[in-house]
Amino acid sequence: MSRRTAHALGDGAIPRWLHPGAWWVWALGLATAASRTTSPIVLALIVAVAGWVVSRRRPEAPWSRSYAVFLRLGLVVIAIRVAFTVLLGAGIGAHVLVTLPEIPLPDWMAGVSIGGPVTAEELLLSVYLGLVLATMLACIGAANSLASPARLLASVPAALYEVGVAVVVAMTFAPQLVADVARVRTARRLRGRPDRGVRAFVGSVMPVLEGALERAVDLAAAMDSRGYGRTGPVAPRVRRTGSALLLLGVVGTCVGVYALLDGGTPGSVALPLLVLGLVTGLLGMRLAGRRAIRTRYRPDPWALPEWLVSLSGVVPAVTLVVVSVLDPDVLVGQTAPLAWPGLPVVPALAVAFAALAGVVAPRPPGTAVVRDLAPARRPMLEVAA
Amino acid sequence: MIRFEDVSVTYDGAAAPVLSHVDLHVPEGELVLVVGRTGTGKSTLLRCVNGLVPHFTGGTLSGRVTVAGRDTRLHPPRELADVVGIVPQDPLSGFVTDMVEDELAYGMESIGLAPDVMRRRVEETLDLLGLADLRHRPLLSLSGGQRQRVAIGAVLTTHPKVLVLDEPTSALDPGAAEEVLAALQRLVHDLGVTVLLAEHRLERVVQYADRVVLVPGGGAPLVVGSPADVMVSAPVAPPVVELGRLAGWSPLPLTVRDARRASGPLRERLAPLVDEAARRSRSALHVVDGDPALATSDVVVRHGSVPALRGVTLTADRGEIVAVMGRNGAGKSTLLNTLVGLHVPHSGSVAVGGAAPAALRGRELVRRVGLVPQEPTDLLVADRVGEECAAGDRDCGVGAGTTRAMLDRLAPGIDDATHPRDLSEGQRLALALSIVLAAGPPVLLLDEPTRGLDYAAKKRLVATLRELAATGHCVLLATHDVELAAEVATRVVVLADGEVVADGPATDVVVGSPMFAPQVSKVLSPQPWLTVSEVAAALVAAS
Repeated sequence: MSRRTAHALGDGAIPRWLHPGAWWVWALGLATAASRTTSPIVLALIVAVAGWVVSRRRPEAPWSRSYAVFLRLGLVVIAIRVAFTVLLGAGIGAHVLVTLPEIPLPDWMAGVSIGGPVTAEELLLSVYLGLVLATMLACIGAANSLASPARLLASVPAALYEVGVAVVVAMTFAPQLVADVARVRTARRLRGRPDRGVRAFVGSVMPVLEGALERAVDLAAAMDSRGYGRTGPVAPRVRRTGSALLLLGVVGTCVGVYALLDGGTPGSVALPLLVLGLVTGLLGMRLAGRRAIRTRYRPDPWALPEWLVSLSGVVPAVTLVVVSVLDPDVLVGQTAPLAWPGLPVVPALAVAFAALAGVVAPRPPGTAVVRDLAPARRPMLEVAA
Repeated sequence: MIRFEDVSVTYDGAAAPVLSHVDLHVPEGELVLVVGRTGTGKSTLLRCVNGLVPHFTGGTLSGRVTVAGRDTRLHPPRELADVVGIVPQDPLSGFVTDMVEDELAYGMESIGLAPDVMRRRVEETLDLLGLADLRHRPLLSLSGGQRQRVAIGAVLTTHPKVLVLDEPTSALDPGAAEEVLAALQRLVHDLGVTVLLAEHRLERVVQYADRVVLVPGGGAPLVVGSPADVMVSAPVAPPVVELGRLAGWSPLPLTVRDARRASGPLRERLAPLVDEAARRSRSALHVVDGDPALATSDVVVRHGSVPALRGVTLTADRGEIVAVMGRNGAGKSTLLNTLVGLHVPHSGSVAVGGAAPAALRGRELVRRVGLVPQEPTDLLVADRVGEECAAGDRDCGVGAGTTRAMLDRLAPGIDDATHPRDLSEGQRLALALSIVLAAGPPVLLLDEPTRGLDYAAKKRLVATLRELAATGHCVLLATHDVELAAEVATRVVVLADGEVVADGPATDVVVGSPMFAPQVSKVLSPQPWLTVSEVAAALVAAS
């Protein structure tokens, strides 16, 4: 693909995979925005925008269904939060909805009460707080459906490639474990054993783990026979230096970040430490990467759509962070006293901006393109002319 | 190209070597078929070629294996990735990525080819194997035959000189198997790839082979020769060869076409016997007493929004052996699973022994219907055969020793202390079958029972199934194996796209169907013979 075609935007562009990094920047931007607010309207808007972009740009692949899965997970989170509030709530607020029988607790547990009055204020607050988590989960789900973890791995620097493979293999294990659990339950049913309940669960742990282990061995054999882990000729001295630098760099970076956030250390010490750590780490990565002889098949370019998609995620994040510092009240979903949620205009506009991703990103390959009729009609007009 | 010099392999903790003193030379561009009973070391032989044995599996290898001049002792599998491509038995277990195109490129990325070379080779491979339409598809969405072709393509892109395949067609329906074999033919003819191939379904592959290597097992030396020579005495042989042996044809035919050309006199001899055979038709076994053993009426089952069964109506009586056939994904397994209540029908009704299976639990279920799943190992839970049998007795609530007695009938001579994993495929199937049968269900379902079975194990299975039917069981088996269906089934039901498209006596459905006709039927059509044993019995009766 030439540089120019890579820059084409939206439905008109040739279908291609958007760089997975761009989707992750976009999604993490939205998640950051969600973390700064409890306003139900802004949160709902984030979920809606993410859902709209997913519906427009997700590929036809098994992992692309994860948005719905993460949405459901979010609902579970809200339900759990509400359940805890009902059970353990302190009953603060004026509007008592219902009063549950209170279970007396021993003295040493003073301050904790089970049951008692349930107020509308408390309930609403727990819904809002649950909604924040649910929205962040939805953002992660959106990234998962738009960009497969394996494609993200492909952009990892060579030195970290083998670590990345381990992570991806571990991630693909989750859906396989689900399949394995179903298989083992089937077998239990066919043998006339209980296939539901605690005993069934305990009885199926071993076979499931055994199956997972066996598959890991099969996969390892397949990867080995296909050249995984081939290394180029590099002097042992260079290799060892690379690893040492990488390790030092990671430690330096961690200490630097800690010092910077800690606040107790003067910035004149923390900042150089961080920079030094980063530079050492990068150098180590370069040296360690020299061993890897891997090449990349059709790497995803980082062109105009990638910049725009990332930007459309960064804008809401930055806006909400700034607003939360300057004018924090706007972003709080008010619960005491009870009030209808207001619409914070600037944050809402910033979140809506994230929908740009659904317009500018090219379609993924293999999905049906809804063509407009104009190009098809043109030749006929030419003939008529 | 491949050279084994005095190779012996002993796995850790094994008493005897799997292979001993093997000498074999495979020249460039040959298609060599490796045959032999299960457990004789075919897979070990194949995995020696790229060094997985012993680098990956452990064990001791003496002697020397060289591939394209590289010694596998000095080169681990990853260093041989550009010379040997190995396709595992279950292609899904070897996939590293999740999309077709990425999977094809993976091997090339690992050995570090230049991007433009990779791009060109991916396109070439897509064309060569007819995968161009699938390039953007996720691997999980492919059918069995497509997966197998992708797995072959994925190792081909590194331009290996040798391709090694372990049972590439055993899980495939006849059509998909032909797709894969045609692709292999093309590689051998057009690219001069050397192919080493192990397969139990000889009827599918023997005609493509340049040479056959028979692994007799038990430390006996390999038998190597042209297919016709080896087949004369091999303990494993496809029906067309057995028919040739019976009729005394020389040279022995390997293909249906050759056999058909030689079969004129035999057909003349058999023509007057056809009526006699029809009189002793197998449908005579069929006993009807009252209610059918199993009945479905207009059953619809969906997986998500995809309908897997679209209104299947089927009844079967005790004493019948019904073969359910159809291509991969036609709904065979779904039908069987619905009959044991694993899927709840969306509409329609299912009755097994007078009850809806989905509502039954535990012993209630296993006393009415038993299913042996595609992977019999799934049913097994214990570390020893003895414990497995005892657990089976407890599960079904039958007297101690019932399962063991059943196992001794089906496969005598298995030691109680053996680990189920160390059993041969046939023995494992027998173990799973005896666990299911211990509860005494009148209805027995088997899903693809002959996968990985050699001819001898298959014969035992056929005898077992006939005996079960004779003692009043209703047997329903889903299978791709046309030879098995011809051998054992009294009735054949063909499913396509979730619907019943044919249902009738085996002879009527199978004869004349290009896809489901067994070899004997193809050779002797239009006469309604299905198996060699039928022909032999008729000839004996006549003389």
